[in-house]
Amino acid sequence: MQVSRRQFFKICGAGLSGSSIALMGFSPAPALAEVRSFKLARATETRNMCPYCSVSCGVLIYTTGDKSKNAKADIIHIEGDPDNPVNRGTLCPKGAGLLDMVKSPNRLKYPEVREAGSNEWKRISWDDAITRITKHMKADRDANFVEKNAAGTTVNRWNTFGFLASSAANNETGYLTHKILRGLGAVAFETQARI
Amino acid sequence: MTNHWVDIKNADLVIVMGGNAAEAHPCGFKWVIEAKKERKAKLVVVDPRFTRSAAVADYYAPIRSGADIAFLGGVINYLLSKDKIHHEYVKHYSNATFLINPDFKFEDGIFSGYNAEKRNYAKDTWSYQLDKDGYAKVDETMQDPNCVFQLMKKHYSRYTPELVSKVTGTPKDAFLKVCEMMAETAAPNKTMTILYALGWTEHSKGSQNIRTMALIQILLGNMGMAGGGINALRGHANVQGITDMCLFGANLPGYLTSPNEADVDRKTYLEKRTPKALRPNQMNFAQNYPKWFTSLQKAWYGNAATDKNDYAFDWLPKIDGAYDTLAIFERMHQGKMNGFVCQGYNPLASIPNKKKVGDALAKLKYLVVIDPLTTDTSEFWKNHAEFNEVDSSKIQTEVFRLPCNLFAEDTGSFTNSGRVIQWHWKAADGPGESKRDVEILASLFLKLKEMYAKDGGKFPDAMMGLTWPYRIPGKPAPEELLMEINGKALTDVLDPKDKTKVLVKAGEQLGTFGLLRDDGSTSCGNWIYCGSWSQGGNNTAKRDNSDPSGLGQTLNWGYAWPVNRRIIYNRASADLAGKPWDAKRTLLKWAGGKWVGNDVPDMRPDAAPEEGVMPFIMNPEGVARLFAPAMADGPFPEHYEPFETPLDKNPFHPNNPKATSNPAARVYKGDMEVFGKAKDFPYVATTYRLVEHFHYWTKHSKLNAVVQPEQFVEIGEELAKEKGIASGDKVKVRSMRGFIKAVAVVTKRIKALDVDGKKVHTVGLPNHWGFKGVAKSGYIVNTLTPFVGDANAQTPEFKAFLVNIEKA
Amino acid sequence: MALQSLDIARRSATTTPPPGVRQTTEVAKLIDVSACIGCKACQVACMEWNDIRDEVGSCSGVYDNPVDLTAKSWTVMRYAEVEEKGKLEWLIRKDGCMHCADPGCLKACPAPGAIIQYANGIVDFHQENCIGCGYCVTGCPFNVPRISKEDNKAYKCSLCSDRVAVGQAPACAKVCPTGAIQFGSKEQMKDYADKRLVDLKSRGYDKAGLYDPQGVGGTHVMYVLHHADRPELYSGLPDNPSISPLVGLWKGFAKPLATVAMAAVALGSLFHYVTKGPNEVSKELEDELEKEDAK
Repeated sequence: MQVSRRQFFKICGAGLSGSSIALMGFSPAPALAEVRSFKLARATETRNMCPYCSVSCGVLIYTTGDKSKNAKADIIHIEGDPDNPVNRGTLCPKGAGLLDMVKSPNRLKYPEVREAGSNEWKRISWDDAITRITKHMKADRDANFVEKNAAGTTVNRWNTFGFLASSAANNETGYLTHKILRGLGAVAFETQARI
Repeated sequence: MTNHWVDIKNADLVIVMGGNAAEAHPCGFKWVIEAKKERKAKLVVVDPRFTRSAAVADYYAPIRSGADIAFLGGVINYLLSKDKIHHEYVKHYSNATFLINPDFKFEDGIFSGYNAEKRNYAKDTWSYQLDKDGYAKVDETMQDPNCVFQLMKKHYSRYTPELVSKVTGTPKDAFLKVCEMMAETAAPNKTMTILYALGWTEHSKGSQNIRTMALIQILLGNMGMAGGGINALRGHANVQGITDMCLFGANLPGYLTSPNEADVDRKTYLEKRTPKALRPNQMNFAQNYPKWFTSLQKAWYGNAATDKNDYAFDWLPKIDGAYDTLAIFERMHQGKMNGFVCQGYNPLASIPNKKKVGDALAKLKYLVVIDPLTTDTSEFWKNHAEFNEVDSSKIQTEVFRLPCNLFAEDTGSFTNSGRVIQWHWKAADGPGESKRDVEILASLFLKLKEMYAKDGGKFPDAMMGLTWPYRIPGKPAPEELLMEINGKALTDVLDPKDKTKVLVKAGEQLGTFGLLRDDGSTSCGNWIYCGSWSQGGNNTAKRDNSDPSGLGQTLNWGYAWPVNRRIIYNRASADLAGKPWDAKRTLLKWAGGKWVGNDVPDMRPDAAPEEGVMPFIMNPEGVARLFAPAMADGPFPEHYEPFETPLDKNPFHPNNPKATSNPAARVYKGDMEVFGKAKDFPYVATTYRLVEHFHYWTKHSKLNAVVQPEQFVEIGEELAKEKGIASGDKVKVRSMRGFIKAVAVVTKRIKALDVDGKKVHTVGLPNHWGFKGVAKSGYIVNTLTPFVGDANAQTPEFKAFLVNIEKA
Repeated sequence: MALQSLDIARRSATTTPPPGVRQTTEVAKLIDVSACIGCKACQVACMEWNDIRDEVGSCSGVYDNPVDLTAKSWTVMRYAEVEEKGKLEWLIRKDGCMHCADPGCLKACPAPGAIIQYANGIVDFHQENCIGCGYCVTGCPFNVPRISKEDNKAYKCSLCSDRVAVGQAPACAKVCPTGAIQFGSKEQMKDYADKRLVDLKSRGYDKAGLYDPQGVGGTHVMYVLHHADRPELYSGLPDNPSISPLVGLWKGFAKPLATVAMAAVALGSLFHYVTKGPNEVSKELEDELEKEDAK
């Protein structure tokens, strides 16, 4: 085996200096070797599910605090739920990285509007947002709702308004979305299921 | 999935085709590895690319993207001509014996009844011969030339190994090897499972890709068996659940269908949807349609839905045409829409032809994006240099962006691909002012109601009459909603056989959809979810993972629809007499006067084998359909070329240009014109996911951005050499609709294929990148894809189209 | 010394023998390359658990990313496309610290207590004692440790000693979706490997074998390889790794003789260490050696 001069000196230097320090009874620091303490020791554990693919892996979400009033629960770690019969504690790279999805710098935090022709977002209140959106919806619906078709059949539909529903939402959200959409007479809606 | 994730471990042979389970569903794929380790199962991967699934496969066969039906049709021909089928199963559990209308024809690539102008079929000849009682005629010997078995044999006799190899590019020996392996599972005690995903659905004949494999599984007797079935590996965590809730214009929850303009009243509507049995003694379970529909109307309209007003039938909107995603964007592009909401959906990135989608969005008056993240769609109006070159000042759409919560910040249920509904619990609040989805929806809806109550407006009746029984109206609780979805007795539900017996007391939750009524005495928001929250409580929150059978059924973990059944068609796992085909993997058996076993029977529990009640209870025939008139593009799957094909003709029908691509697929004006031709765009492109990313979400997650940071495209060594492209070079990929630029990954894993005497190269295009995120900005791959979908489901043809490539 | 959550077997640059009465189970991680799909869940779980985030890099024309181990990527997947007799194999190997029974890094390390070998076999770096000299890199037969540019300290896989100490599996082993990473006692892992080899041989991999190289006394991270006769196919896994002869040399003659030949270097080093602190010493020494090399 070829050994460069540099490697040779490295090794010599290393061994001797270390050894010498110890031989002289001199230790630069207490040099303890305790392992890093287990960071989840008293974290709160909540059962949840990975929101990515349809394996729907069980996950355990670890949050700080014990749910006491003043301790804000902050998600610090997510790992697989060993009890889940499908994933049995495992996760894929997407699931293993869920913490960074929850903590993404690109999470939306408040309602915003971009006005016609504008080049920027403007922060608005929830009240404002809901009022402005529903005004648009009502104006559109009142102008374009079809009660009867040409043949005189009652059709009660509103098809100038569309909705793409999330396939990552809970069943309960999906159900309520459908119920509301039909209640309004909407027909132009779809979900990601076909894409 | 007809089966479920853990059940994959019960297979003897696993086929991964039209999907890439190792990358898209790694944690489900563990059960493939388990089958290999513990059952000595074999894994076969058929794919244009040597994927990470192929990396652990026992056998890999390459195929040209878009040629799956040719391959699988060839398998059918192999099985039939070599007589490698499960005879008893095919004879009794499929419609192989059924006689078909003698006028049914298939000529030069086109089935009888074609209308070239409308690009659709009149299906009157695609029908059974009926006897005087209205039952389908059968020939038990299967010799009649018009019986399904003979017609099928004839149809697929054209799919010779030579022609298959010529069309698919799969070497003949590789094709035959796969046939051989599949054929082994014709033995009653051997099963094959198929794991597919968007690699089959995203074609202009996507539904038929899947049907071809279904035919194979029926011929081999693998449906209803542990370790068998047809297993669609779905995309999102709750895409199955949202599909079940049917967020489709054309459907109502539980796969009921929307009324259309011809359904003038409830009676007409129900008559068309309530089938009559096509064979004696069959369960014909869909005969219960009126109960499901009426209970839904009661859930939505409560006391306002009565027998006096047709149970508020007219309050439901009636559709006047297609409202699938492509149709919606076509309407938007034509300027026929004013408002649009994207809830957790990023269409600018996920719909074909980004330019068209962006132009369409710019025609809206208002766009509302409800999302936890800054999606590309929410900034379609903003100039992001080369990745989104638009002029904001010219776009008049008012865009709202509303922050909603992620999974970790909400409680509720998800339904996995195996139909298991599981409850999850909130761990922490969302950031800033973000809200739960249902709160956002409720606030929009309640505000609208308030405006209509105050100012009046068009047809407020349905809106005002919608039940809203939530204790905090602005914050419907997930528990309240799942209870409503499950349904309850509105008045006492009586035993039809003994009217003095009360089955469920008024106000109580229903335990099964068998208790639903069409007289207004029950409500149920989604009949297939009935039982998920019974009187005993939330069954989706059950967390007992015990597995006494060892088959992985875990019947007390969550709740599977329907009625907690884990494997659909499980009656077919036993022979006519009720004896399991494979006693080691017993799902059901007939014993002691009832069906017992390791699953909830997919059969009337007391239906004695002598009664001849067949396993496919949702079909009026009671049996599986080898011949399926319900399909839009033919009762037997047939190979058609993708709309953008590298060939100038369909080698199966070289003389009929009408049969080059799917004759029944819908193509909009303007889109046909931007289909590319092989002379300008010689390479087959296919888009796909990588294991490190999830769609356009994880580009926002640093951990995922680190392990796959930058957009790339994959090409084979041979093409790279021809084009002077080296690994790491920047390349430009063009289609008829636009271009993208990305880094080239040159690999041995994509090979040039010999197709119809021509060398065909594949260009692999991972999606995942865009102009918003913490990963490196990239081009939206759907800039390139064509705006055409499957004839049945309208799923866009993302998997097979044409491009050209050059060094950038 | 405080009572440790894991018993110590060896400490770098320390002659005081550690307590050795208690016997704890030797642990091992088994990487079954034949079941690995190269999904990188282990890479992500490793970063997540250990609170490190590597840089968002770029695509260099391969699937490997990050392309190499770094102070913030303690494990990476290495992808090799191997084609023989017309059959393509995509050999994907999870690379990282092998936790050698005879750890070259520890032996080469001059900083007392910077490298610890626990009685269960884990070789752990304690950065607070690290002087950033990089000798562990030289001493490692697998080229694993990396010096951080941010704090000039050496980092590598700890086999999640914090998890193992409380009875949990390392993050990578727990997360692995296909079970290609198994964790348990070394004994259990060898038994498991035996079963896997029977399966692989039945599938035509005659040369399948366990990689537990004896040149470093065996490892606490082992591989099941389909082609154990040619470990180099797996992105250059060394065939017969051993500790650099120089570490051996030092052990063999330098130590007992206390060495005239190297006294100058040693004293110089110690002098610098005492007066200027550890990092500067190593840097100066490095510079000196660089100059020597340049000649």
